[in-house]
Amino acid sequence: MSTIQKPVNQKAWWLVLPVLLCVAFSAILPLMTVVNYSVQDIISPERRVFVGTEWFASVMRDTELHGALWRQLQFSLAVLAVEIPLGIALALSMPAQGWKASAVLVVVALSLLIPWNVVGTIWQIYGRADIGLLGHTLQALGFDYSYTGDPLHAWITVLVMDVWHWTPLVALLAYAGLRSIPDAYYQAARIDGASKLAVFRYIQLPKMRDVLMIAVLLRFMDSFMIYTEPFVLTGGGPGTATTFLSQYLTQKAVGQFDLGPAAAFSLIYFLIILLLCFVLYNWMQSLGAATKEPTHD
Amino acid sequence: MTEQRFHKRSIFLAAYILFALLPIYWMVNMSFKTNEEILSSFSLWPQHFTWANYVTIFTDPSWYSGYINSLIYVGINTVISVSVALPAAYAFSRYRFLGDKHIFFWLLTNRMTPPAVFLLPFFQLYTTLGLMDTHIAVAMAHLLFNVPLAVWILEGFMSGIPREIDETAYIDGYSFPRFFVQIFLPLIKAGVGVAAFFCFMFSWVELLLARTLTSVNAKPIVATMTRTVSASGMDWATLAAAGVLTIVPGAIVIWFVRNYIAKGFAMGRV
Repeated sequence: MSTIQKPVNQKAWWLVLPVLLCVAFSAILPLMTVVNYSVQDIISPERRVFVGTEWFASVMRDTELHGALWRQLQFSLAVLAVEIPLGIALALSMPAQGWKASAVLVVVALSLLIPWNVVGTIWQIYGRADIGLLGHTLQALGFDYSYTGDPLHAWITVLVMDVWHWTPLVALLAYAGLRSIPDAYYQAARIDGASKLAVFRYIQLPKMRDVLMIAVLLRFMDSFMIYTEPFVLTGGGPGTATTFLSQYLTQKAVGQFDLGPAAAFSLIYFLIILLLCFVLYNWMQSLGAATKEPTHD
Repeated sequence: MTEQRFHKRSIFLAAYILFALLPIYWMVNMSFKTNEEILSSFSLWPQHFTWANYVTIFTDPSWYSGYINSLIYVGINTVISVSVALPAAYAFSRYRFLGDKHIFFWLLTNRMTPPAVFLLPFFQLYTTLGLMDTHIAVAMAHLLFNVPLAVWILEGFMSGIPREIDETAYIDGYSFPRFFVQIFLPLIKAGVGVAAFFCFMFSWVELLLARTLTSVNAKPIVATMTRTVSASGMDWATLAAAGVLTIVPGAIVIWFVRNYIAKGFAMGRV
């Protein structure tokens, strides 16, 4: 949404109105309900007591929540540390054109279109020691692998599952960035006798920088709200090894029906996401302005 | 040197593709086995090939109605999302108006909000409205992240169309609706397709809201599957077959959007 040379027209509001109504109904109304719950103690639908910031204070002191938040951060950072380099490497090794490029693109993107709970199911039947290829093979090789019994194994399995599921997103974005590099750049590099590493460092990486930033932020935010895949695979366990923020929130809200604390927690969660989102938005805006500028000159 | 380099890349690519496809292959493999075979022996391909699991799904209403329910709410959602997003995306790509940037940002935040945050309020809201366990409820709930996504993607595509085209059309005496439908829409056909594809996909893959807002009549296939998992006595073979069937729609449509898929995931910004 670059603002260059756009006429001001307040009537454009009418075009946006349907979207506003739709989203307001499914976003603002519920959000106000959350705010409402977060300051009340709801004993029954008829009996409610205003408790002010008490829930926020108790949520902030909740050690289980701290645990979930800490696990979440570790997990999200691990996701980035693995998926970004792997995605770049994958994009660099994908063929540039022809039917092979299309075929590889489709195969790589396939995991992105699988329903999230099916991703969990796939890894469940892949990882189980009795019936799964991975579990069975690891057992046969002498590893005592069990994603349901060992917290570390569970954590690693969830991570590998996420890498399997989402690295293609990073790869696709990096690939799109690579394809935008004109051939002339490579020719110039060849004439200068630049090494492969130099080409990567000074031509490919700068060209991919913007899309990679989108990839980093999208992956960070989406991994921050991961729910379905670990829910199906490990159910948050063993113990709390793979209980991340959304899982914990859902347990509180639906499982224990602790409306007040769950609502307060929701709002804090929402604010964290809002902050991240703001960074992403500004990045995307500056990216839009940068890529559109040359066409106007 | 380059030859060897090329070789290394091919090996890496092949290794990744193997890593990507093996788990899927394993599920497909399992879907053609019987439960007895899955539990008793371990083999890389079905020894007693059977279509029985697929027959079960296509003949048992509690299974196939899940697919129909999913397709209904995903369809409703996609149609609403794209049709409300089209004019809005046009407004964002062509004009400046009061609060435009704030609204654009606010839309993005909705794409990024964890559905878990809205779980309870949705439950209460739709219970109050008497919409629980209807396709409309799930379709409406999924608007939360699909409308913003559609607006962002479409805005990206529309910004690539020169404004001169609009101006020429207005000078030629086209009204806005006529211009939009007859001239502009054909120009951004690809964008509409990609937006629809992404709405379809994100509604199709979502579980948390779909599961919470339905119980019997509108129960989606993804929920049917999780409830089978938690039941005692796992029916692995049917579960695998159901999983394979959920991948099929995506696998078919992906071919048509393969060149735009990165643009879609970057929300129109690539």
